[in-house]
Amino acid sequence: MQEVSQASLARLYQRFRALDKNKKGYLCRVDLQQIGALAVNPLGDRIIDSFFPEGSHIVDFPGFARVLAHFRPVEEEDTRVRDAKEPEPLNSRMNKLRFAFQLYDLDRDGKISWDEMLQVLRLMVGVQVTEEQLESITDRTVQEADEDGDGAVSFLEFVKSLEKMNIEQKMSIRILK
Amino acid sequence: MLRTALSLLGLSLAGVEAAGEPTQEPGPRSEPPPGLALFRWQWHEVEAPYLVALWILVASLAKIVFHLSRRVTSLVPESCLLILLGLVLGGIVLAVAKKAEYQLEPGTFFLFLLPPIVLDSGYFMPSRLFFDNLGAILTYAVVGTLWNAFTTGAALWGLQQAGLVAPRVQAGFLDFLLFGSLISAVDPVAVLAVFEEVHVNETLFIIVFGESLLNDAVTVVLYKVCSSFVEMGSANVQATDYLKGIASLFVVSLGGAAVGFVFAFLLALTTRFTKRVRIIEPLLVFLLAYAAYLTAEMASLSAILAVTTCGLGCKKYVEANISRKSRTAVKYTMKTLASCAETIIFMLLGISAVDSSKWAWDSGLVLGTLVFILFFRALGVVLQTWVLNQMRLVPLDKIDQVVMSYGGLRGAVAFALVILLDRTKVPAKDYFVATTIVVVFFTVIVQGLTIKPLVKWLKVKRSEHHKPTLNQELHEHTFDHILAAVEDVVGHHGYHYWRDRWEQFDKKYLSQLLMRRSAYRIRDQIWDVYYRLNIRDAISFVDQGGHVLSSTGLALPSMPSRNSMAETSVTNLLRESSSGACLDLQVIDTVRSGRDREDAVMHHLLCGGLYKPRRRYKASCSRHFISEDPQERQDKEIFQQNMKRRLEPFKSTRHNICLTKSKPRLRKGGHKKDGVANTGMTAGEPPGDLGFQDTAAVVLTLASEEEEEEESDSSETEKEDDGGIIFVARATSEVLQEGKVSGTHEVCPSPRIIPPSPTCAEKHLPWKSGQGDLAVYVSSETTKIVPVDMQTGWSQSISSLESLASPPCTQAPTLPHLPPHPMAPEEPQAPPTLPSDSLPSFAFPPSLAKAGRSHSESSADTPQQQELQPLMGQEDRTHLSPGAAKPRWCVHFNKGGRL
Repeated sequence: MQEVSQASLARLYQRFRALDKNKKGYLCRVDLQQIGALAVNPLGDRIIDSFFPEGSHIVDFPGFARVLAHFRPVEEEDTRVRDAKEPEPLNSRMNKLRFAFQLYDLDRDGKISWDEMLQVLRLMVGVQVTEEQLESITDRTVQEADEDGDGAVSFLEFVKSLEKMNIEQKMSIRILK
Repeated sequence: MLRTALSLLGLSLAGVEAAGEPTQEPGPRSEPPPGLALFRWQWHEVEAPYLVALWILVASLAKIVFHLSRRVTSLVPESCLLILLGLVLGGIVLAVAKKAEYQLEPGTFFLFLLPPIVLDSGYFMPSRLFFDNLGAILTYAVVGTLWNAFTTGAALWGLQQAGLVAPRVQAGFLDFLLFGSLISAVDPVAVLAVFEEVHVNETLFIIVFGESLLNDAVTVVLYKVCSSFVEMGSANVQATDYLKGIASLFVVSLGGAAVGFVFAFLLALTTRFTKRVRIIEPLLVFLLAYAAYLTAEMASLSAILAVTTCGLGCKKYVEANISRKSRTAVKYTMKTLASCAETIIFMLLGISAVDSSKWAWDSGLVLGTLVFILFFRALGVVLQTWVLNQMRLVPLDKIDQVVMSYGGLRGAVAFALVILLDRTKVPAKDYFVATTIVVVFFTVIVQGLTIKPLVKWLKVKRSEHHKPTLNQELHEHTFDHILAAVEDVVGHHGYHYWRDRWEQFDKKYLSQLLMRRSAYRIRDQIWDVYYRLNIRDAISFVDQGGHVLSSTGLALPSMPSRNSMAETSVTNLLRESSSGACLDLQVIDTVRSGRDREDAVMHHLLCGGLYKPRRRYKASCSRHFISEDPQERQDKEIFQQNMKRRLEPFKSTRHNICLTKSKPRLRKGGHKKDGVANTGMTAGEPPGDLGFQDTAAVVLTLASEEEEEEESDSSETEKEDDGGIIFVARATSEVLQEGKVSGTHEVCPSPRIIPPSPTCAEKHLPWKSGQGDLAVYVSSETTKIVPVDMQTGWSQSISSLESLASPPCTQAPTLPHLPPHPMAPEEPQAPPTLPSDSLPSFAFPPSLAKAGRSHSESSADTPQQQELQPLMGQEDRTHLSPGAAKPRWCVHFNKGGRL
């Protein structure tokens, strides 16, 4: 947690308390679901789910902050050479990507299967495209990223497909500095 | 002697002389014209437009000459060359006419030359990038310009107080402030002209360029306020006037933007209803944008801002509404006009500088201004960037700041404004004019020349074009949503939150209101990328003669990481063509005219390779539609139908040699089947006439080898053949109507989702009428694999090819690929199957269509299939048995490649 600055941490804690309606010291799904704008976000449910690790139904403040720490901007000091032993910071490129990846990978098998891709696309593309067209887009998307030909996108393939994109910039929120 | 001789013949040389030496009196007029003149020279009636056209021609020719040498244009920006040319031309005019003519008139500049450039830059502004950096752009545009104006004005005044400016420059503090306001604004034309050749990274470009566009409002306000203060005299200026000045800043800028938005809305709304008059679509875009400019100018609001917002706001909806041809027309015309205007501006700028009667030189003022604008620009950029970097996610580093400071070019706007000054009110006008000319020349020529080496030397991050992939597009959207959601969770309503809100609002209301329903789907960005990738693949496949896909491995050229095979130049061009936002004015003549190129490429490829149907060329005489007459369509249908039949045997043999492929790969076959069908057609085309009986027999061969459904299909086909041409005509007209209904006026035999209206054939043949709904159903089905647009594109190219068709059989017969199957013996087999299977399903009720989906498709919809076959190949079959059919395709595809 040393990554997030004190000010942001204080702000987050304030927000945590505000979300925690009954002052129970933790958040459950309902607390997050009541955020109005999340309901209209196509990925809202998945993002809420990402706050709750396997099986658990509550998230305490450290867990809450840990998830959000993924979105801390990458700064100069973060890019310095680290020890191999030292764990990668949560806001590293890989961890940002991993966060996005697990939004796709619903069954947590380390692969985005065809069906999982279709589900995401269905959420993202909207109603104007027919199911058949959606399927062919899915085909195309999977096959585009799929390098070993197993019909699914592994995390490495996922990373590879985004290697040209400035993830550090696209997956950061300034306020979390 | 000669002249008298000619005038005796009734020819007057007056015009010739006037053209050669405008000052000379026309030829002898004394003698009365001898009766009816056979030939009359009326130069004066055409003089003005003729000169305009001539100037544009000269400018264009100059451009061509510049670009003859690659080395010169890579070193020297075009704007520099044009200014220098202008100087030379101005010198010639001065020497010939003894007075300076053809100067840059402020009226002409603001009313005719500036709007196209601003519209072009607004319309093709990468909106996402623009809004991502809106904060920085606004800061530099508003604060930066104010800062530049006041500091430059004040410093010049200080210079004068210090006695470094000659006392003959009669100017007070307000005069200097006025001068500072007009000289301080970064000029969009100059910035665009220089930066488009430099290719710095997108963020840097959009900040400098956006600033130059948006600071117009500030410049206009400052200029107007200062000039009215000068008129009033500094003694009479009240405190309220200052307040008014500040208030007018908001009025002018927000008002201009509001005018722009109103016109953008009108424009989008208008184009929604142009389905039947596609021809005027491009015109509407230009008219309404120009109306926005003039309206803002009329209300003395910021016209540049109005056009910028108009272009920015309308693009999404207009692009979705207008047809693809109109889109191309808009793009080309806009680029042409902007490039033309830019050329003329720089040339006239050069010419105007020659006129020494207008300006008066003062070294102190000129040098002081040069130093001050450079220094204060740099200082302002550094200060603002420091503040901005506290807020920015990605800070602007020192190199960016250097480029931004150095890229602050001044241009024609400053020049036009200084010409507009009233000499009676501003006694130092001549000095200001001279200084402005020097500043403009210095920034455009010296800075323009050196900025490229500077960027190279500083190793500024260049813009990198990479092709879009579906994954990137999808993930980018995902990231946007994730960030919006995280902002929600954090409870901070930042940029992502508001963008998300806006997008939802846009989706819910604006797009519904402003977009044609048929266009709505196509504008989905993910879909758009998918569509473009598909087109590219199909083209590159055709381009490579079908040899891309060997059975050992499928490789699509547009897929990253697997581009093992050689890519032809066209493929590369196409790939570049769809990369990212279009920032350049010049793009049109270089690489990125993707769609047009696609069409051309496809056209030429097919032109050489396809069988030409027997029909006559008919000129289209409608001014509103570019349509074919029914006879032509019918011919085309017959042609395509025959093609499809010829292809059938290949398919049937291929079915047996399926290789196992993973699912996505198999689908790949589907994506490309256009190309396959086409090449197959080419190869399998027998010479000579195609009898119906003959083709039917071929189909029957297939029938015997296919599964049950296919059998019914083929027998159905055969039965349909009894109906012969009548039936074909029905299918044709129906599909064509569908094509019209769906909004693209390009007539093409591709499936549509929009229900067709009953065709005349349906009326004549009552037993067919039940099929209307089915046809709808099927055509939506057939879009499953090939997106509708792609089919459209494909069939467009086919139809365009056919329109050029030469008389049939002019080309050498290609390989007679019809397999020597026993055709005649098979024929009797079909009739027995016919009553059992095909009849009940023939008039398949739409309600049952869902249930008996595969059946209805294969049997009742043969008409659609028939005409679709050349395009759609076999994809209809996939739905029949998704598991089995896909391998089939794949192999089929490979076969096609081999053929």
